[in-house]
Amino acid sequence: MSRPAQRPLRILGTALLGNVLVGCTSAVLDPHGPIGRQEKLILIDSTVIMLAIVIPVMIATLAFAWWFREGNSRAKRYLDWAYSGRIEFVVWAIPALVILFLGGIAWLSSHDLDPPRPIESSVTPLDVDVVSLDWKWLFIYPDAGVASLNRLVLPVGTPVRFHMTSASVMNSFFIPQLGSQVYTMAGMATRLNLLVDDPGVYHGLSAQFSGEGFSDMTFDVAALSRQDFESWLDTTRTAGGTLDAAAYATLAHPSMHDPQHTFGTVPVGIFEAILAHPGAAPTAAQIEQTSAD
Amino acid sequence: MLGKLTWAAIPLNQPIPLVTSIVIVLGMLALLSLVTLRGWWPYLWNEWIASTDHKRIGVMYVLLGLVMLVRGFADALMMRMQLALAQGGAPGFLPPEHYNQIFSAHGTIMIFFVAMPFVIGLMNFVVPLQLGVRDVAFPVLNSVSFWLTASGVLLVNLSLMIGEFAKTGWLAYPPLSELAYSPGVGVDYYLWSLQISGLGTLLAGINFTTTILKMRAPGMGYMRMPVFCWTALASNLLIVAAFPILTATFALLLLDRYAGFHFFTNDLGGNPVMYINLIWCWGHPEVYILILPCFGVFSEVIATFSGKPLFGYHSMVVATMAICVLSFIVWLHHFFTMGASADVNGFFGVMTMIIAVPTGVKVFNWLFTMYGGSIRFTVPVYWALGFMLTFILGGMTGVLLAIPPADFVLHNSLFLIAHFHNVIIGGVVFGVMAGYTYWFPKAFGFTLDETLGKAVFWCWSIGFYLAFMPLYVLGLMGATRRMQHYADPSWQPYMIVALCGALLIFAGIVLTLVQLGWSIRTRERRRDLTGDPWNGRTLEWGTASPPPSWNFAVEPHVHGIDAFWDVKTRNKELHKVAESRYEAVHQSHYQAIHMPKRSATGFISAFFAVILGFSLIWHIWWLVILAVMACFGVLLRQAWDTDRDQSISAEELEDFDRRHPSLGVQR
Repeated sequence: MSRPAQRPLRILGTALLGNVLVGCTSAVLDPHGPIGRQEKLILIDSTVIMLAIVIPVMIATLAFAWWFREGNSRAKRYLDWAYSGRIEFVVWAIPALVILFLGGIAWLSSHDLDPPRPIESSVTPLDVDVVSLDWKWLFIYPDAGVASLNRLVLPVGTPVRFHMTSASVMNSFFIPQLGSQVYTMAGMATRLNLLVDDPGVYHGLSAQFSGEGFSDMTFDVAALSRQDFESWLDTTRTAGGTLDAAAYATLAHPSMHDPQHTFGTVPVGIFEAILAHPGAAPTAAQIEQTSAD
Repeated sequence: MLGKLTWAAIPLNQPIPLVTSIVIVLGMLALLSLVTLRGWWPYLWNEWIASTDHKRIGVMYVLLGLVMLVRGFADALMMRMQLALAQGGAPGFLPPEHYNQIFSAHGTIMIFFVAMPFVIGLMNFVVPLQLGVRDVAFPVLNSVSFWLTASGVLLVNLSLMIGEFAKTGWLAYPPLSELAYSPGVGVDYYLWSLQISGLGTLLAGINFTTTILKMRAPGMGYMRMPVFCWTALASNLLIVAAFPILTATFALLLLDRYAGFHFFTNDLGGNPVMYINLIWCWGHPEVYILILPCFGVFSEVIATFSGKPLFGYHSMVVATMAICVLSFIVWLHHFFTMGASADVNGFFGVMTMIIAVPTGVKVFNWLFTMYGGSIRFTVPVYWALGFMLTFILGGMTGVLLAIPPADFVLHNSLFLIAHFHNVIIGGVVFGVMAGYTYWFPKAFGFTLDETLGKAVFWCWSIGFYLAFMPLYVLGLMGATRRMQHYADPSWQPYMIVALCGALLIFAGIVLTLVQLGWSIRTRERRRDLTGDPWNGRTLEWGTASPPPSWNFAVEPHVHGIDAFWDVKTRNKELHKVAESRYEAVHQSHYQAIHMPKRSATGFISAFFAVILGFSLIWHIWWLVILAVMACFGVLLRQAWDTDRDQSISAEELEDFDRRHPSLGVQR
């Protein structure tokens, strides 16, 4: 992180990419977790590497065009010059080398930052099941047996393992300040690992168009200290509300602007039942069946 | 009797589509009355509608693209206005119901009915001329292709007046586009108009591939073909390989929607991700179908106006064909975020980047074509330079998006929107505008106004940067595509700048129409009698402007790359400039030639295709049966029609050449 030689490069990159953002919520360029931080680094580093070629080519384009303009009596003309093996070699080699380098970054980073890849940490990871519905987000905490609608509560410093699916059309689960997004798709479970470093409230959204209520399909991400998180779980458990088959079926009806609320009781296996029955909301019997399996 | 069609399909309660529809209908009625009153029908029918002349068909394609550009851009302006307004709690002026149709229509129209007709139109007009031949391989089929594209256009525009358009985005991802989530006729309008126009495109692809492979002038080996023809070949090979995938994918979705199948539904074993894979197996080659011919245009423009042969011709050919092949193995980069494994994401990321190598080579070769040249700053050169500067930037953000973890935070954001407008406007639109200006005098015998042309260029260029640089920034701020309103007030200034950019581009489009009108009015003083206004290098400049229907009275013989330049140079050395053109095109005696007759097959089959599409959309089954029978009847009639050719006598050929002194015929 603190290699001094890279610093000026990085500052330049940040300035180029982000100077217009000062004072704004720059989201992707203002990450609050290790995944988002590494992704920002990749963005900036590869931009700088490419600009090292792009800017000279842009200057050369303008310079060649201007110098060799028809009226310039000082320009030498080579009106039959159409081939040079050496130049050909160089013009294939330059982009090839850059791409070799960036291709390496792409290959390695897609493994390092593969969304299902667990985040290394001494802290036990937290499991959260995510269901996208028309047009709201349901977050289930299977170990605590609680659930929350349109508000994702996370403990800071704890790796979070998301298992995600959709109750209807495709959506993409995305918290710009934490990093990677991944699609939610009915009948399929996708996985994503994130970690939030700092307490605060972050913005979450669906990044995949999902119909009429899409623009309001946002959620708050509340990052709490470990203690506050535990007490939130307790409060939620005692606050009541049961996410049984009937309650879930109601949720599955298309609706917009649903207020945030919580469920103190969640039957075991509901996420798996939703996953296994992508056509319609699972019945109580189906939920019981899945939890028995 | 009328299936699902009722009076409720007319948007009486929606002022925007209603007023637009009324204006369009009145405008069309006015146009038809004018044509009738002036007695233009015979001319219009004989010379244009039923024409099998590739040049006429090319011009009609470009005109179609121009008209639809206005429609597609109206959608763009509405979207930009909506987003400039709908901040915080403000609803803007377009409810999601309309807004979602508008962005879906914008994407569909701009790709299928603006970019495609423009590019295919240019290929239609230019390729046979550059190859030194008299027509495409299948002239009647060419007319069918055009009119099927026009059918698709008509259906898309009908959706404005009767019913609705898709509210699913321009690629209609299932399960959203399935009956369960889109029960209306919008998706059906989308699917049938693209099925019909897609068939037209496929037929055009077959036609041009055959033409380029089988019909070059004597002596024109592959490595002597103009680079535009090479890029056209690559583009049409891609059409032939990719469009059947689109047709099949849409056919599966249609089976889901019409016959209760479950290819892409959530339940009963359907798999929507299969659709996403298939649609992008077509979708990624599609962007190269559009951009490759534009690369060809720039190659021609830069070489001609630098007064030099294209630098690294062989490299350019290799790069073009490399892009053609590679474009088929990168499709997954459109959905890195759908849970593919790291190996798969990594592979497609690297493959995508590799395409940047041949593309980079092209940029360098254009650069070295200018080096040592004597560059004339005409309007096509403006577009070419604007392209080189803008496209590099778009290419750079493209490589950025090809890195999977970078895409994880930029996918579906306004950064992505800015990227692909960066390459499509900076590449395809600039290329098409360069080609339009460059070949216009060939098509009509007079040049377009330079001053207005430069104004158009500046409007588009500055407008583009104003409209899309803020979108790059907004993407980094977490703004996603297709949102109808947003909560964060700090986004609004960027949205307003983007709207200003869009308005400037709009001014550019208006000025394009003004330029056309003004140039037509002042055509007498901008006539080009030489047929070679730019001191061109390729064969199209060796015939008259506009060329006769037969292009070349005698087949030209080709001895190298830049065939026409060769002839000019040789004759200059022999002090026989006046004979250049004569030699280029007439090396033996005049002989009578056969040319295809005009044919109504294209127009009539398209007429029935519209009825077929419309009745399928509205489930009017009896009309479906009648329309299918009619289409089949047209096919049979065409198949048994033996009277297809007309002979053009040697005298007529000679007479034409005599009336065109530029052709160098000795009087």
